[in-house]
Amino acid sequence: MLTKRIIPCLDVKDDRVVKGVQFRNHRDMGDILEHAQRYAEEGADELVFYDITASSDGRVVDKEWIRKVAKVIDIPFCVAGGIRNIEDAQKILNDGADKISVNSPALENPEFVTKLAEAFGTQCVVVGIDSLHEDGNYIVHQYTGDEKKTLKTSRDTMAWAKMVQELGAGEIVLNCMNQDGVKKGYDIEQLQAIRRSVDIPVIASGGAGKEEDFHDVFTMTGADGALAASVFHTRQIHIADLKQYLSDRKISIRL
Amino acid sequence: MIAVIDSCGSNITSVLFALQRLGADATLTSNPEVIKKAERVILPGVGAAGTAMERLKEQDLTHCITSLTQPVLGICVGMQLLFTHSEEGNANLLDIIPGKIRHFTPEKDKTIPHMGWNSITFGNKHPLVKDLPENSYFYFVHSYYPQVSQYTIGECSYGDTFSAIIARDNFMGCQFHPERSSKTGALILRNFLEMPA
Repeated sequence: MLTKRIIPCLDVKDDRVVKGVQFRNHRDMGDILEHAQRYAEEGADELVFYDITASSDGRVVDKEWIRKVAKVIDIPFCVAGGIRNIEDAQKILNDGADKISVNSPALENPEFVTKLAEAFGTQCVVVGIDSLHEDGNYIVHQYTGDEKKTLKTSRDTMAWAKMVQELGAGEIVLNCMNQDGVKKGYDIEQLQAIRRSVDIPVIASGGAGKEEDFHDVFTMTGADGALAASVFHTRQIHIADLKQYLSDRKISIRL
Repeated sequence: MIAVIDSCGSNITSVLFALQRLGADATLTSNPEVIKKAERVILPGVGAAGTAMERLKEQDLTHCITSLTQPVLGICVGMQLLFTHSEEGNANLLDIIPGKIRHFTPEKDKTIPHMGWNSITFGNKHPLVKDLPENSYFYFVHSYYPQVSQYTIGECSYGDTFSAIIARDNFMGCQFHPERSSKTGALILRNFLEMPA
């Protein structure tokens, strides 16, 4: 049976893992390779490497790091950060990434999603969506890696999700901005809404604070995977323990 | 020396890194002479089977591959290429192993591609799956699958039941990505590296 995925995310800035709260005030969380290796060994189902300021700085993710991380881990590896053209994507895949995740560049140029899918296959193309719940609406935000440059777009989250699926995305990571780093649980309502909107895999992101939050997101939203950062970096939740907890509660999990 | 055939675009680096972690001497190549002389050959691949087949033809590698007598391991689309035909782009393949590649049957609440970790049951004992426990998990990313046949060594289910591992004589293949399947994937690669050439 296909299992639910537990996905730690390395938000990277200036060669270090960092983490903010609601995409602001980033704090140092430690060494990139140490975290990457530890997560692979603890049973993570995938690793995301996200160069958070690449898009807002107008540059592309540091390829040296991709190679270093890809060498030491033996689980799927998804890379995000300022990937704006096919050449960059090709280089990052050649350096050992398995999937390319695009967020702000897809908003700048939606056709880029189609170009990526045509070049590498839809399975390779992840679209990250940063969504803020505001006055009863879900609104897509852009350049969220740098709080001074963050832009509110005119796009509705569910409409944008449907559109990227049409354009060729193979998976969506929904970052619920209100919940990010707050550790009060995933945005169940919003994740239910996106699950109804698209047929491709959906990864929940933002809000994990305790083991129950992962249980809730899998049982209540149909999410295919749950991404988290702070709780894993600080060792507040150990991935192997979390997976045992979920498996004991009849969630399909790889132990 | 292990020849990793450089034909199908991306994701090849992951395969090379996985072989390096196992201490294997692997070379990325599209040179038929190098491939013929290699002790073992790996045919990786992502994307569409038809496109991958076109690239093999452009590089004049189809005859080279079909005539290999050393252990050969196809991975993902590289495995699909060993079969006769794919529904994806109605493509004729290498036809080393009789069989068809089909698209997953759409169903409610079934996301396609089949992406993530799924378990495999082993029917036939084969050196490639030595020491692997029943229901071991592997990482899959695909929308098309090889049908179950007499050449199936490991089966997986995702609505449709399909061949996750196949073998015929010296040709073997896995639909999942052993290079990204943690310790169980490493064991498959190690078994491949250790079987008599």
